[in-house]
Amino acid sequence: MRQDHLITATQLSRDDIEAVLDRAREVDDDPAAYADRHAGRVLALCFFEPSTRTRMSFDSAAKRLGIDTIGMGDVDSSSVSKGESLSDTVRVIEGYADALVLRHPSEGAATLAAENVSVPVVNAGDGAGQHPSQTLLDLHTIRENHGLDDLTIGIMGDLKYGRTVHSLAAALTEFDANQHFISPESLRLPRSVRFDLHETGAQIREHEELDPVLNELDVLYVTRIQKERFPDENEYHRVAGEYQIDAETLEVASDDLTVMHPLPRVDEIAPDVDETDHATYFEQAHNGIPVRMALLDTLLENAEAAEGAEVGR
Amino acid sequence: MSDHELRVSKIRDGTVIDHVEGGQALNVLAILGIDGSEGFGVSVGMNVPSDRLGRKDIVKVEERELSQSEVDVLSLIAPEATINIVRDFEVVEKNRVTRPDSVTGVLSCPNRNCITNAGEPVETRFDVVADGVRCDYCSTILRADIADHIDV
Repeated sequence: MRQDHLITATQLSRDDIEAVLDRAREVDDDPAAYADRHAGRVLALCFFEPSTRTRMSFDSAAKRLGIDTIGMGDVDSSSVSKGESLSDTVRVIEGYADALVLRHPSEGAATLAAENVSVPVVNAGDGAGQHPSQTLLDLHTIRENHGLDDLTIGIMGDLKYGRTVHSLAAALTEFDANQHFISPESLRLPRSVRFDLHETGAQIREHEELDPVLNELDVLYVTRIQKERFPDENEYHRVAGEYQIDAETLEVASDDLTVMHPLPRVDEIAPDVDETDHATYFEQAHNGIPVRMALLDTLLENAEAAEGAEVGR
Repeated sequence: MSDHELRVSKIRDGTVIDHVEGGQALNVLAILGIDGSEGFGVSVGMNVPSDRLGRKDIVKVEERELSQSEVDVLSLIAPEATINIVRDFEVVEKNRVTRPDSVTGVLSCPNRNCITNAGEPVETRFDVVADGVRCDYCSTILRADIADHIDV
């Protein structure tokens, strides 16, 4: 991967993706070989909205590479609450760190940040936009369980606001994947995502119900439907209930079906699914470590190569 | 157009933007950043009869020759527009507008949650795609309603 930043999944070619996933496999096989690879480096974790797992996952991945991490603390007590722009904030933090990981509530925030700094920026979620590092760990999980080609995947839940869905759908167009999108009418894929999928000639189908496609699927990727997306709580309960699965739902599925979820889940996957061979979401979450290690390793290596080229010029 | 129909007088030097879709003349001026404070003469005809368009708008800007890159952005709201450069009452150059690859600082993003609407010191930037424009920051696609998002 010859990229300076990771902002959206649409920027990634098949080769880029496979290079990171190959490295993640190497990390998994021999973590000790990566232990102090980036000792002395500092990673800034810039989380402008609450996050537990993504922040901890990057923190842990960095530390396993020998990288120190710094954070912003609570956004309410930081300079952001004093009205500082994101552009200024990242320009300041650039001086403290060798790379930035950014989570922000506005779409496009990571693009703006990358325009303002010369260190690598990783988009760890920008509003309802993209979440490409999650996609890499999703793809790693799919690859290890099934393979990324000749794949039939169902992506279900909140497709409109789900940034993990937007990134995953885009990245899967680099592979031989049939994508089925299952959601209520009001939470269908946004126009911009559908535009990109059509541009690539991807094979996609949209459904309002899971049942008709469930038995065709190799992977079922479930996402949470959030209450705040509905004006009326009764409407939320009615709709959300139709997109919940349990062990009984999965009885008609292929024995090899892999069930994934970016987590946190609320009640869209019943706990009885955890006991089945389909449940892969905890493994998926754990894959965040080798994949984010591979990603940080790659981006820092690219930045060092670019710096070396600059010095040698 | 015969003389008795002529509603806007000829200009000596400057640019005439003709065949603008009826009702878009003020948006044309907004896109060009012309609000009258520049001091040069500006004439606007709106909804005048046109063989080609039925009704059209026409904008005449005196003492200023607009460059092709300045006017190309007009193609988003006035794809049929013609640009006439006038010197000493004569049309010396006649061009059509062509679609630019991108548009910077002219439109506001319709997505309220886009970072360009968050008070950042940044100009909007849209890629021109098949049938509209697309925000470079949040990827939102804007189609028929482009004129509603002119922000200059």
